Amino acid sequence: MKPFTTHTGRALPLDRGDVDTDQIIPAQHLKRIERTGFGPFLFGEWRKDPAFVLNDPRYAGASVLIAGPNFGSGSSREHAVWALEDAGFRALISERFADIFRTNCAKIGLLPVELAGESVRALMDAVLDDPATEITIDLREMRVSAPAVDERFEIDAYTRRRLLEGLDDIALTLAHAERIEAFERDRSARLPSMADTRPA
Amino acid sequence: MTTPTTLAEKVWERHVVHRTDGEPDLLYVDLHLVHEVTSPQAFDGLRLGGRTVRRPDLTVATMDHNVPTAPGPEDPISVQQMAALRSNCAEFGIRLYPTGDLGQGIVHVIGPQMGLTQPGLVMVCGDSHTSTHGAFGALAFGIGTSEVEHVLATQTLPQPRPGTMAITVDGELPPGVSAKDVILGIIARIGTRGGVGHVIEYRGGAIRSLSMEGRMTICNMSIEAGARAGMVGPDDTTFAYLEGRPHAPTGKDWEEALDDWRSLQTDGGAAFDREVTIDAAELRPHVSWGTNPGQTVTIDDVVPDPADEAAERALSYMDLRPGTPIREIRPDTVFIGSCTNSRIEDLREAAGILEGRTVRAGLRAMVVPGSMLVKRQAEQEGLDAIFTRAGFEWRDAGCSMCLGMNPDQLSPGERCASTSNRNFEGRQGRGGRTHLVSPAVAAATAVAGHFATPGDLDA
Repeated sequence: MKPFTTHTGRALPLDRGDVDTDQIIPAQHLKRIERTGFGPFLFGEWRKDPAFVLNDPRYAGASVLIAGPNFGSGSSREHAVWALEDAGFRALISERFADIFRTNCAKIGLLPVELAGESVRALMDAVLDDPATEITIDLREMRVSAPAVDERFEIDAYTRRRLLEGLDDIALTLAHAERIEAFERDRSARLPSMADTRPA
Repeated sequence: MTTPTTLAEKVWERHVVHRTDGEPDLLYVDLHLVHEVTSPQAFDGLRLGGRTVRRPDLTVATMDHNVPTAPGPEDPISVQQMAALRSNCAEFGIRLYPTGDLGQGIVHVIGPQMGLTQPGLVMVCGDSHTSTHGAFGALAFGIGTSEVEHVLATQTLPQPRPGTMAITVDGELPPGVSAKDVILGIIARIGTRGGVGHVIEYRGGAIRSLSMEGRMTICNMSIEAGARAGMVGPDDTTFAYLEGRPHAPTGKDWEEALDDWRSLQTDGGAAFDREVTIDAAELRPHVSWGTNPGQTVTIDDVVPDPADEAAERALSYMDLRPGTPIREIRPDTVFIGSCTNSRIEDLREAAGILEGRTVRAGLRAMVVPGSMLVKRQAEQEGLDAIFTRAGFEWRDAGCSMCLGMNPDQLSPGERCASTSNRNFEGRQGRGGRTHLVSPAVAAATAVAGHFATPGDLDA
């Protein structure tokens, strides 16, 4: 995973709440078996509307997405996060992300930043007013700064360290291999297993 | 004296492999369900990292999202995705129920059907509707593909502790109000953000009175309220459903399991972070009007005035005018299926309404059983004949028109009464308009040609 320390970039203002992952990447694009190449399908239906903000040339090259609350609700599809990453986004700002979506972001190094509603509004308005507005997100200091806002954000210590150092989460878990083995030794033998399938 | 704890906390505590301050708990996963759409990149990740599947015996795979439910030309990209699952399962020794196998079906239908879903387990799947399995008192939640890879490699997941939330539905459900109406009524009240960050436990007399199928319908849509998991404490209904299923314990193990499962209840006096109480008597059959499941009213209501810009956008997408009685809205299509409502009880309910009746002329109607075993059972009971005589198409098992990854899709502008779980824009096909309903309302609507309850048909 690519480490995230600090990032400065222009932002795309997606001024809508409850944006579900079906909108971020529609189901017909989930058939690829590769991990890359989803960027062109980001907001696959909405982007067909020339007035959709993603098509506004003033926001071309944005690397921070600002969205309304409950961004990424619905389906667990990590393809939504891959599409955002593939389209050049490094960080997302919302009042609240849906649970599975937020986890998916953090797993691949796309930083989900949660700020109070009024701060998100201030950033959204600043970027709507002036698309050239740059936003800096510093994960070391846990701070978002832009002309309109200078604010600390919260993120759990584990996720922060993992993102800062670009650590492989599976390797971190396998450091506890002995504990996993001990847990397995104590598991009840009557728990379900595919090893003892009886006919239906 | 020990502190009283909730069901979710009890199941959680049983599965903590490792706990350190400032880190999420490392939880053991008892059962990992795998399907073709969210797994190929996880298997690729394993190969790239030189890793393997730690516990293939605690992993089971099926094909559901992509599978065609009727004969016809197959989409080559879907075929490739299913072939990838086949070869990944063969390479890593995972039991697969592929298309053509009697064990195949929607992943959240086959787990319970095989008796794999049991009280007290931690279960995961790369699918947000994994919350379904919580109906048995399991802690079951959807995960992304990176987490799928993590579970394949380690059989564990680092998880921050969720909040606990109780939703109590007291009293008796009025006649004609189904489990689907209960969950739609709950989401209409608490909203699509109401459960974010929480595990919901559904409690109260109205929940206790439901069958396992009904409880699964409710837990299934927990994610639609933003909650990653929903649970119901196991009871005699749970045990009766499980007994004799292929993976259920037998003999002395069964007796021991029962003793253990009975202990899986929220203690008296345990505190939830959030509590909501609903009077069952207030619930009615529900129909969604908008583009998220919270935008739902009862069938006796009218399309509401838009409260905000999002509601205006939803009304425009749905091509609806405020003030229109829900019963005057005329769908083009009726879909009975999905992991929410495709089990045998759902099909029996719909068939009971359709017996001796026919689908309104010009309306397309289809039934997609949740699994091939559900299909076979329905055929043994003669339900398929009732559906086909009424004018429904009788299909093979799969996710089908719930998400339109296979050829079962709505056309732009087509309006559908659907027993599925999401009415998002384009969910059932580009430009399609989805109204979420129960199987009973779906069947009555197919006959009436407009939204209707079974009672309306006799009027």
